[in-house]
Amino acid sequence: MKGRARLFGDNINTDYIITSRRKRENLDPQYLRNYLFEELDPSFAATVKPDDFLVAGKNFGCGSAMEVAVTAVVGAGIRAVLAKSFSRTYFRNAVNNGLIPILCDTSGIREGDALDVDWTHSFEIRNRTTGVVVTTEPIRGIMREILDAGGLVPYFRNKGGFQL
Amino acid sequence: MQHKTISEKILSLKAGQDVRSGQVAICDVDCMIANDASTPMALDYFDAMGGERVLQPENVVFAMDHYAPAPSQKATQLHERMRKFAAEQKIHTWEIGQGIGHQLIVESGRVKPGMLIVGADSHTVTCGALNTFATGIGSSDLAAVLISGKIWLRVPESIKVTLRGELRPGVFPKDIALALALKLGSDGATYEAIEFDGPGVPSLTLEDRLVLCNFVVEMGAKNGVFGGDEQTWKYLGTQYEPIVADPRAEYVRKIVMDLDKLEPQVAKPSQVDNVVPVKKAEGTEIGMVYLGTCTGGRTRDFHQALDVLRAGGGPASGVQVVVTPASNQVMQELVADGSLSEFLRMGAVVVTPGCGSCCGTCGAIPGDNVNVISTANRNFKGRMGNGTASIYLASPASCAAAAVHGRILDPREIRPASSGATKPTGANE
Repeated sequence: MKGRARLFGDNINTDYIITSRRKRENLDPQYLRNYLFEELDPSFAATVKPDDFLVAGKNFGCGSAMEVAVTAVVGAGIRAVLAKSFSRTYFRNAVNNGLIPILCDTSGIREGDALDVDWTHSFEIRNRTTGVVVTTEPIRGIMREILDAGGLVPYFRNKGGFQL
Repeated sequence: MQHKTISEKILSLKAGQDVRSGQVAICDVDCMIANDASTPMALDYFDAMGGERVLQPENVVFAMDHYAPAPSQKATQLHERMRKFAAEQKIHTWEIGQGIGHQLIVESGRVKPGMLIVGADSHTVTCGALNTFATGIGSSDLAAVLISGKIWLRVPESIKVTLRGELRPGVFPKDIALALALKLGSDGATYEAIEFDGPGVPSLTLEDRLVLCNFVVEMGAKNGVFGGDEQTWKYLGTQYEPIVADPRAEYVRKIVMDLDKLEPQVAKPSQVDNVVPVKKAEGTEIGMVYLGTCTGGRTRDFHQALDVLRAGGGPASGVQVVVTPASNQVMQELVADGSLSEFLRMGAVVVTPGCGSCCGTCGAIPGDNVNVISTANRNFKGRMGNGTASIYLASPASCAAAAVHGRILDPREIRPASSGATKPTGANE
């Protein structure tokens, strides 16, 4: 996957990704994407492009387990989030919606850097702007199967339930 | 046989096989809960997965707590969709005004020791106080559990928190929770369980333990859990066989907290682990005091706040005090013992039982640039519906002391009039 880095800091909670009061009005990701990160970076929603990557520090997606914090991101065309660590509910919700959570050292990545992300073979994140390469751990087991299926809905339809 | 933590034991029972931390297991869910914020989306996933019937509707409860009462036409439509599904599938639903799901599920006696409880709400962890494994999930997982009655879980490693001694007057369970958040940090327990133990535990009532388990998700934990003892049986009205940790169970980390040395704590904006002793935040001007939520909205929380408000002669002028009982039952108890009248005489705003303004979806929204002190569990920017407001988190007593003084103040500075002390200098100015 190739894309551009959109940079955020540590402890980005789900209310910062999309505020609770927006989902009260509409659950449609194409509506919610217009309000992504509205408290943190009011210009983000207008400037996000399909194939951008979210790049963050530690504890991305902490706070509420609300799944719109994933579907609104997917709605904006983003395919992967790179972070030093994720909250467990965000990681799980991301996998369930086919958004790829990539655990890696994001500290050298800057806003707008061009990234090549290979999470299935070389497990390398190549920063084409700086030349720096970092690695990620393979996603294994049931989470990989859910991602390969394209999310929990197709996984569940195919298998008829959770299987190990 | 290897020794196990409480979490390993409960998940082994629910998986029907011996599982250890790090392993993934498919577990039978005993009880699941969802609310008006997470259910409508779960119903979309349920339909997309081809769901027709909820497998065990008797194990499912819905609570209309996030938009209570509905603040907009759209919210009423979300409620209607939820009601229709619940009626078709025979799911017990707590209507608007009944209260917060986490409180109702405990209060109603549905939570029993040894259970695996999942909820489409991060504060489902609260139920771990009753010797259960309880964790939050999203709407898609909820749909899968509604259809199959099962969930896959990675068995967490556990952090053991040993509590020693007893809290001194003016110091409350919320102060333990805040001190632990400072110690661990907001991601210090990510993917892990927090198991509370130690000689200090018997002094904590079941309601005290609910506060601690409620807060573990703010440190990233998957669940928080207590054993079962006299306090648990007292609350439940009957005795169960508790799930206990084996003496040589393995922990990733061990923390000791001396309750008798603890001071009142406050989390400053806008991180739950930005914690300092209340003394160090004294003088910060406060415009709104929020008493309620799944952390601090139970009867005894209001009593603790009222004790301080009464001793201090009521809130300072210009401070808005908002009271949101965690449930209808809590509200009725406050009516029956006269507490609610007392709050009303003090000019408090009383809001329908539910989540209220904690997540900014309904209730009293703070004004621009107002400093709020709250009994809640989150203080993110914009959390209460206004991104310019700043939120401080503290115990009901510390919140009440700030109401009396109009500024943050250690609640131990306010003593009952009968003991000869009066308001602190500067109060009501």
